[in-house]
Amino acid sequence: MTNTTKDWTAQIYAIRDKQDQTAFAELFAHFAPRVKGFLMKSGADASLAEECTQEVMATLWRKAHMFDPARASAATWIYTIARNRKIDALRKQRRPEPEDLPWGPEAEPEQADAIGLKQETEQLAVAIKELPEKQRNLIEQAYFGDLSHSEIAEITGLPLGTIKSRIRLALERLRHAMK
Amino acid sequence: MNMTHTIKHHLTSEILMAYSAGNLPEAFGLIVATHVSMCDTCRADLESYDAVGGGVIDDAEIAEVSSDAFAATMKLISASDTAPASPRRSTGTLPSPLQDYVGGDLSAINWKPLGMGVKQAILPTSKAATARLLYIPAGAAVPDHGHNGTEMTLVLQGAFVDEDDRFARGDVEVANEDLEHTPIADVGEDCICLAVTDAPLKFNAFLPRLAQRFLRI
Repeated sequence: MTNTTKDWTAQIYAIRDKQDQTAFAELFAHFAPRVKGFLMKSGADASLAEECTQEVMATLWRKAHMFDPARASAATWIYTIARNRKIDALRKQRRPEPEDLPWGPEAEPEQADAIGLKQETEQLAVAIKELPEKQRNLIEQAYFGDLSHSEIAEITGLPLGTIKSRIRLALERLRHAMK
Repeated sequence: MNMTHTIKHHLTSEILMAYSAGNLPEAFGLIVATHVSMCDTCRADLESYDAVGGGVIDDAEIAEVSSDAFAATMKLISASDTAPASPRRSTGTLPSPLQDYVGGDLSAINWKPLGMGVKQAILPTSKAATARLLYIPAGAAVPDHGHNGTEMTLVLQGAFVDEDDRFARGDVEVANEDLEHTPIADVGEDCICLAVTDAPLKFNAFLPRLAQRFLRI
C-alpha cells in the first residue's frame, strides 16, 4: 500500500457524466472489499455484509451527482453511505440526515478547495496510520461502533483544524453561490 | 436558510463525533441533523469527523466480495429508479430532517396541551431517548426542572432566556445533571424548541410525578 490516498474524483465524475461502468469497476474493486470489511467489523455476518456492500455501491452510483470534492474525499463520502446503511441494517433505526447543500446551476467546486482538501485528507490518513497502536485501535473501535461517546471524547491529536476550516470555506462559497 | 451567522450556541465535538461514527440514539441523531442543517460551523466540524471515518475505512481490513458482486450491483442499479436522488432543502421553518418526522412544517405538528399554554408533541424515534417539540407562549416559563441525564434543546422559533444566557433560532443548549435552570420564552414571539432527553426530566414543581409518567416527559 502506498502512503498517499488515491484521488477518485475523476471516476466519480465519469459515473455522473457518462454512466461509465469501467470507472465504476475501478471504484468497486477498491472500495467494495473495504466497505464489506467495515460492515463485518461492525457486527454484520458475511451474507448481510455482502448484501449491504452491493447496496452501498449502488447508492454511490445513484448519488454520484452529489459528490463534492471540495468537502469530502471519495473515501469519506463512501464512509458516510456505508455508515448510514449500517445503522439502518444493524441497528434497525432511522438515520436523520442534515439537509443537502445542492450545487446551484453555475456552482462547481473550486479547484483550489478540492486540491487543498485532498492534501489535508492525505495528511490525516498518514496521521491515522502513524498513531500509536492503542489510540488507533480506539478510533477504529469508535467508528466500528463499539465505543460510547464519552470514551471517544478522549481521543485527541488528529490534525482536523485545517480540514475544518477548509470545509467551512467551501460551505461559504456554496452558500454564496446559491443566493 | 441563510441565518448561520447568528448562531452562538453549538453542539459539542463529542456529540458531533458520535453522530459521525453512527453511535447516537435516533432522537439525538435527529437534533444533531437539525442543528447541522442550520449551522455551517458544526457542519464543517461534522464533515471533518467524517473524514476520520474515511481514513478508517480506507485503511480497514478488507473482506473479499463474492465473484458476482459487481454484476449483482449493476443489476441493482438498473432495477432501481433511474431518476437521480434529488437534494432535500426546506423552505419552511422546520429544517428537512425534522419535517421528515413531523410529516410537514409547523402546521402539521400534532400538539398536546400541557397546561398554561405550554404544548408538546413527541416524535416517533427509537426508545433509547425521547425527542419532542415544545411550544412555550411568549413570556411564559418552562417548568422549573433539573436533569437526570443529558438534555439538548434546539430553538426553532422565537427565543428563550435562562439565568445565564439567551438562545435564539438555531442555538442549541446542552444540559446535564449539574444544570438546574428556569428557561423563559422571550417576550417577542412564542417559542418552539426541539428537546431531546435520554432520561426523564425532574420537575421540581408544576407537574406531579404521576403526570410526568403519563406525559412521557
